This record gives sequence, C-alpha cells and structure tokens, in this order.
Amino acid sequence: MSATVPGPQSGERSRLGALADWIDARFPMTRMWKEHASEYYAPKNFNFWYYFGVIASVVLVLQIVTGIFLTMNYKPSAADAFASVEYIMRDVEWGWLIRYMHSTGASAFFIVVYLHMFRGLMYGSFKNPRELVWIFGMLIYLCLMAEAFFGYLLPWGNMSYWGAQVIVSLFGAIPGIGESLVEWIRGDYYISDITLNRFFALHVVALPIALIFLVIAHILALHEVGSNNPDGVEIKKVKGPDGHPVDGIPFHPYYTVHDTVAVVVFFAIFAAVMFYAPTMGGYFLEHANFEPADPLRTPEHIAPVWYFTPFYAILRAVPSKLFGVLLMGVAVLSFFFVPWLDRSRVKSIRYRGWLYRGFLFAFAISFLALGYLGLKPATPSYTNAARVFAVVYFAFFILMPWYTKADQTKPVPERVTYHAH
Amino acid sequence: MRIEKKKRMDHVVYVGGWRMLVALAALFAGTAMASEAPGGVIKPAHNDITNAASLQRGARNFVNYCMGCHSARYVRYSRLGADLGLSEQQVIENLMFTGERIHDTMRTSMRPEDSARWFGTTPPDLTLIARSRGPDYIYSFLKSFYLDPSRPTGVNNMVMPQTAMPYILWEREGLKEAVYDGESDAEHNAVHKHFKEFRVVRPGSDTEKEFDEFVRDTVNFLDYIGEPMQLERRSIGLRVLAFLLVFFLFAYFLKKEYWKDVK
Repeated sequence: MSATVPGPQSGERSRLGALADWIDARFPMTRMWKEHASEYYAPKNFNFWYYFGVIASVVLVLQIVTGIFLTMNYKPSAADAFASVEYIMRDVEWGWLIRYMHSTGASAFFIVVYLHMFRGLMYGSFKNPRELVWIFGMLIYLCLMAEAFFGYLLPWGNMSYWGAQVIVSLFGAIPGIGESLVEWIRGDYYISDITLNRFFALHVVALPIALIFLVIAHILALHEVGSNNPDGVEIKKVKGPDGHPVDGIPFHPYYTVHDTVAVVVFFAIFAAVMFYAPTMGGYFLEHANFEPADPLRTPEHIAPVWYFTPFYAILRAVPSKLFGVLLMGVAVLSFFFVPWLDRSRVKSIRYRGWLYRGFLFAFAISFLALGYLGLKPATPSYTNAARVFAVVYFAFFILMPWYTKADQTKPVPERVTYHAH
Repeated sequence: MRIEKKKRMDHVVYVGGWRMLVALAALFAGTAMASEAPGGVIKPAHNDITNAASLQRGARNFVNYCMGCHSARYVRYSRLGADLGLSEQQVIENLMFTGERIHDTMRTSMRPEDSARWFGTTPPDLTLIARSRGPDYIYSFLKSFYLDPSRPTGVNNMVMPQTAMPYILWEREGLKEAVYDGESDAEHNAVHKHFKEFRVVRPGSDTEKEFDEFVRDTVNFLDYIGEPMQLERRSIGLRVLAFLLVFFLFAYFLKKEYWKDVK
C-alpha cells in the first residue's frame, strides 16, 4: 500500500517502495491488500442495509479493546468482582467510559448483528454460492450469544447470578445426563467463584479467539464468492474488458469512504446512548444488577438481557421444560438451514413475490414481539401471545420450502439497479 | 437529483426497512417508559443532580442520619469533596466524625454482625441503592413510614411493607398513621381496605415543606453517589457529539467526492 502512496520526495518514496518490496518478497502484504481492499470489487448498489457488516466488525474491535482495558482492573473472584467493577466506575481514570463502552457495545453488537442477519434474509445473501458465508455468520452469532452470556456473569450482580443460574439449569432438562452436565458446567453445586472463574476464562480467551477466527473465515468466504447486493444479481457475470465486474467498484477507496460515513453516524448514536442513557432505562444494564450477587435472594423478576428474550419467550411458551429447551435450541439453529429451505429462483426480495415478503415481515414482527414478551412476566395472556408468535416464528422456517417455491417471482435484470448519487 | 432519490425511496423494501427500524425504536422507547412502580405509592423525587447546594445538604443528611447504620463503601470522601465543591478541610470538619482519613470510603461504625442481631438483617450498603431502586423509590420509601403497633419497630412502610428499618426520621417528620378507604366489619377490622392517605398524629420539628426538601436532598445525594461521573458525562457527551458532527461533514464530503465518478 505504501508503494502506491506518492511520498514528498522521490528519494523517500523509493525507500518506502523498497521496504514494501522487501516485505512482499517475504509476506503477501500487497497481494492481500489488493485481494481484500483495493482490488476487491463490490457491487456499487449497496444500500442502507449493507452498513451493518462493517459496523459489526467495528463493534468487535471496540469490544476487544475495551475488554482488554477492563481486565486490567477487573478481578474475577466472587469476593472481589462486584467491588472491582465499582472501582473501575469510580477510581480508575476514564474507567466508567471504558465500562460503558463495553456494556453499550454488547447491546449494540446484537442490534447490528440482527439487522445484518435481516439484510441477509431480505436479499437472499445466504443462497448459492454464499451458503458458507451464511454458516460462518451463524456460527459467529452462536459464539456471540455464548460470549454475551459468559460476560454477563462477570459483574457478579444479582441479575448476573440468577440469570446464569436460570440459563445453566436449562441443561438440567436433558434426560439422564442433565444434572451431571449442569454440575460440570458450573464446576460446583451452585453458581460460585469457580463458575465465575471459568466463565471469565471463556469470555476473555476462548470465545474471542473463536470469534476472531470465524470473522476471518466469514470475510474470506465472502471475498471468495463476492458480495451479494440488493438486487441479488451476480455482478461477476457481466465483466468489462479489464476483466473486472462492470457493476463492481474497488472496496478501497469507494466503500472505505462510504462506510466511514456510516461508522461516524453509528458512533454518534452509540455516544448518545453511552453518555445520556448508559443503562437504557434498565435494558442495557439491568437495575437488579446494581446489587451484588446474593445466592439467598432471588430478584423479583428474572429476565435475560433483551437480546436473548425472543428465545426466552419461546422457552417459556412451552409447558414442558425439556421441550421448551429443545424448541429454543431449534429456534436458534433453524437459521443454519435457511440456504437449503429456500427454494426460490431469485435471491432478492425485490424480485420475490408477496408470499416471501409477507412471511419475512411476519417473522420480523414475531421476533420483535417475542423479544418484548420475553422481558415481561409470564402472565397467562402474555404466554398465550408468545405461543402465537412462536408459531409464526417457526412457520417462517417450516413452510419456507413451500412458499418460496410457490411465490410469484419477477424477472431479475442482468445488471444492478443503480442511480448515481 | 432530488427526483432520482425519491424514486429509490419508493422501493417497497427500502421503505419497509426504515419502518422496521422505527418500530424497533418505538419498542425500546415503549418498554423503557413502562417502569415497574408498584401501584401508585411511588412518587417522583424531582431531585436535581446539578444542584450542588442540594448535594451538599444531602451529604450532611447522609452522614448524620444514614451512616449510623448504612455504609457507602465505594464512595471516597476525597472524591465527594471534589465533586461537591468542598475543600478537604470542609469535608473533614463537616462530614467525617470517626477519625477516617480523606481517601477512605464511607463506612458505618456499626458492625454487620451486630446490626444483623439488632434488626434481623444487616442494613444494605447504599452506594448503589439509587441505581438498583431508583431515586423515586427511595424518596417515596422515606416518606411512607406509618405507625403500626404490630411491628417490632412500631412502624411499617407503605412502599416496602415489613421493612426492618426503624423510622429514624420521625423527629423531623413527626408520626403518621395510614388512613384507609373501605368498610369495616363489626370488630372494626377493615375489609377491602385500600390506602388513602397519611394523617399526622404528632408533628415533627420540620414543616411539611422542610421535610420534603430534606428527603429530596438526601435522595439527590444517593443518586449522585450511585454514579458520580453522571455530573460530567453529559457535558463530555456533548463535546464528543460535536466532534462527530464535524467528522461527519468531512467524511460525507469525502465520500461525495469519490463517488461522483461512479456511474
């Protein structure tokens, strides 16, 4: 990259160029830069929905960096964890800002990832040849859920404690091995110092490594096949005399400058939350978590953090614990099968018929509704509502082979739809 | 140019997508507003965290009335002084009574095992009480003690029934009893009773307004110690947002410049 930047003096430039050559003879620096940035051709018709992949990677970096700084003062022990978080909030220089970045970042991560996934569903980004891109993405989502769950225990607040207690005990529903499995996960007969220590290890070492690896795989797979776009048109089909897609533009500089704008807007929203509503009214940081963990006192109402509540609502909608747990698992894993459940000939919702649009819309609504219901106490009327929405949720997947095939699709154009702006 | 934009926005999916975002935002706003206040007894505290005089009075109230039993174990006297505009000397003379040093945290002298024996439970640390319960809750709690001879302390609380806390503010507020609506049976046992209002049985040293201010200042102080950095974070946030706005303009025009040749 430095080789392409004109230096102030020709002497300096050639020295930088020589350095680049020296590196390139030993490491594919320039080649990788070209492959993934300056000569990675992305469709020129990306819209609003195509910001969230980049934003998700920005949030990942933010979480890792703030996480590193938090571990410098956090103490993973039942006796000290809660106090060490307050120490970070009060006595560590800018500790409060780092902590709020990390806690706001957790929620932001899920908002961004949910929008990113919804984009995939809208434009058929999971379809041939991008099945592996989708699978890697879903694995990232699974790791992210585990990461968030383990991280939530670390402040050792009362909701941390009881949330972990409830979620871990779900494994107890598995017949035969359930109870011993729960004991194995906790490393103790209850959520204890031992549990906190292993969750810390998983949160700061194991899962971040898995996440980084999967994100690299996700991007490599994407760059192998090329990005989809709102039209669901394969831009590689129409190439110019230079061998590059006619509807493609180099990721750098076009999308780097384009996405910078989006990242700045995202940061502004992020900062507004972080500086003016860091607890988001008890949804990003729950009220009960400002009380230290107390194994003898259950919070009045245990609800997981908002990003898990759609699945939590499904769990509670089923009267049998075992089937509730199973159905919750299926609800998450269903996404993996979407590339093979979808039988449509077209990718993008723009050229699909009203059947897919209707089902996708109903699915999005039920996902939001389940998320809302999962935050509420399980009264009979709420539970019944959760059942209705759970049926819609699963209908989206189960009926997919049928409605995607029966749908009235429109002809897909050769080239992408693009209006200069 | 304008018409071109309009045409794009006409796209069903694009517009639908925006609606989805709005719905998501509405969901957040809606749930955030629905607070879990138990039936009508919670009154808004109307405390003002930016009022330094109120915070100073609240600190005085806290060390005089609360710290006999409660700690604020994450709060340092030195930080308190700096945030509330008090000199080290003022803090030592007005807020520190038991030989602590200026960088110590606010600890009660009561031993937890003693208080557990005396009250049945150790009084909770109050550093984060405003974050876990909310200022309105504490404000209402402190104003909802009423006479109840069936309790060992002689008082009960409308906000937290059966509280172990004795009514330490009675000399200021006076003593109240609860007045109920509803019918009584032959033995004067109320049936279907619901709380109507408090009636002062014995006036205290404060007027109603003075006591209200006393509680508000105390709650204000508790709100502040729950998150001391809230005094600064809003103004820092404003500067961050201003910076991002400027950055946005540069980023936006840079993008425009590059993209003008994308046809």
